[in-house]
Amino acid sequence: MALSHRNYAKVRVVAPVGRLDHDNCEAFRNDLAPHLDACLREGQALIFDLSGLEYVSSAGLRCLMLAARQAASRSGRLVIASLQPLVAEIFQISRFNLVFDVFPTMREALASVSSEAVEAFERG
Amino acid sequence: MRVRFWGTRGSMPVALTAADVRDKLAQALVAADGRRFESFGAAYDFAQQELPFTLTHTFGGHSSCVELETGSNEYFVCDMGSGARPFGAHVLARQGGRPATVNVFMSHVHWDHIMGFPFFGPAYVPGTTIRIHGCHDILEQALRLQQAPPCFPVPFDQLAAKIEFVKLVPGETYAGGSVSVTPKIQRHSGDSYGYRFEAGGKVLIYSTDSEHKLENRGEAEAFVAFFRDADLVVFDAMYSLAEVASVKADWGHSSNIVGVELCQMAGVKHLVLFHHEPSSDDAAIEAVLRDTRRLEELTRGARSLRVSAAYDGLEIDL
Ligand SMILES: [Zn+2]
Ligand SMILES: [Zn+2]
Repeated sequence: MALSHRNYAKVRVVAPVGRLDHDNCEAFRNDLAPHLDACLREGQALIFDLSGLEYVSSAGLRCLMLAARQAASRSGRLVIASLQPLVAEIFQISRFNLVFDVFPTMREALASVSSEAVEAFERG
Repeated sequence: MRVRFWGTRGSMPVALTAADVRDKLAQALVAADGRRFESFGAAYDFAQQELPFTLTHTFGGHSSCVELETGSNEYFVCDMGSGARPFGAHVLARQGGRPATVNVFMSHVHWDHIMGFPFFGPAYVPGTTIRIHGCHDILEQALRLQQAPPCFPVPFDQLAAKIEFVKLVPGETYAGGSVSVTPKIQRHSGDSYGYRFEAGGKVLIYSTDSEHKLENRGEAEAFVAFFRDADLVVFDAMYSLAEVASVKADWGHSSNIVGVELCQMAGVKHLVLFHHEPSSDDAAIEAVLRDTRRLEELTRGARSLRVSAAYDGLEIDL
């Protein structure tokens, strides 16, 4: 899975694309590890931009959960933004919407983390 | 093959309270909206045909007990939860004095799966044969223990029926008359076993008290093979996926989402949510059922999967 990333002030945004299921969740975790390390090193919060995620299975949700736990154990923060409608419904049915901080837009997600990040986002 | 659910609740039997009954009644009166009924029959038809399921039913009820009717003279049943008491009454009524032969298949020996046995009527009838099948070494010990003093007044040895224990090996298929059965080990405290029954060209999977971690590919594939092309899968959907992945991780239970995924991968025809959480009321279980049907719709491949929620008294013909 391609994991692009971008930074807004002290926030790192990682964007998984395509499908996240039992076929690729191990690879996803490996690809994510350097981003978690970078967040720790640079004191960044982490946002998953899920606008490119078309489907997530139970295994994929467990992976996101493990990532969130890892981020939390390093006193980081993980926020989720921009779910496609189908993925939003899966979050609701699985009740993961109650476990994660989920925001409809990237702007709202950034605002929940820091005002500098929103400013950086709006500068483009 | 007919599958009859005598007990569908997880962990602990529950019953409707007086307040629950009053609540359903009041909602039904509101739904009737001032209509007059000429007779009990007319009111009954209205309730049956027009009122929503949650007002006219309750999921119940007893803890795990699921009967499998194959057309043979012998009885087949999974687990001896508290549903074994009404199941036993059904056996006695149907036998009309003739001794029965009952084949029991035990998922495991947690209390909610054995608690009905001391109240299983046929166990007290001379001439009855009860064959208790399972993969655990401690099966007999567990059943004896729950009837030992000071827990129960009638010791196991005083039961009049001939009781045999049949040890099964997971992965091996046993053919007995019209039915064949294959057990499979499942992730649960102390282990549990699922059963694949095949009879008359139909396949029933009984898979309760089983936690799944589908990111483990080998494990996912083993369950898909076990469920493959089943007509009906009775599935432990006790918690939401978020609960299983967080606070209730390693509690040994599964979710509606994992049930849908496994059944879709295995080409199953009908998924039945089972082992309902005791603190869930009828409305909560109904909501889980609605969500599960929606998920199936969202993720449907070439073939659709029918989804139901088990309730005490539900019968499904395969
Ligand atoms: Zn149980
Ligand atoms: Zn159990």
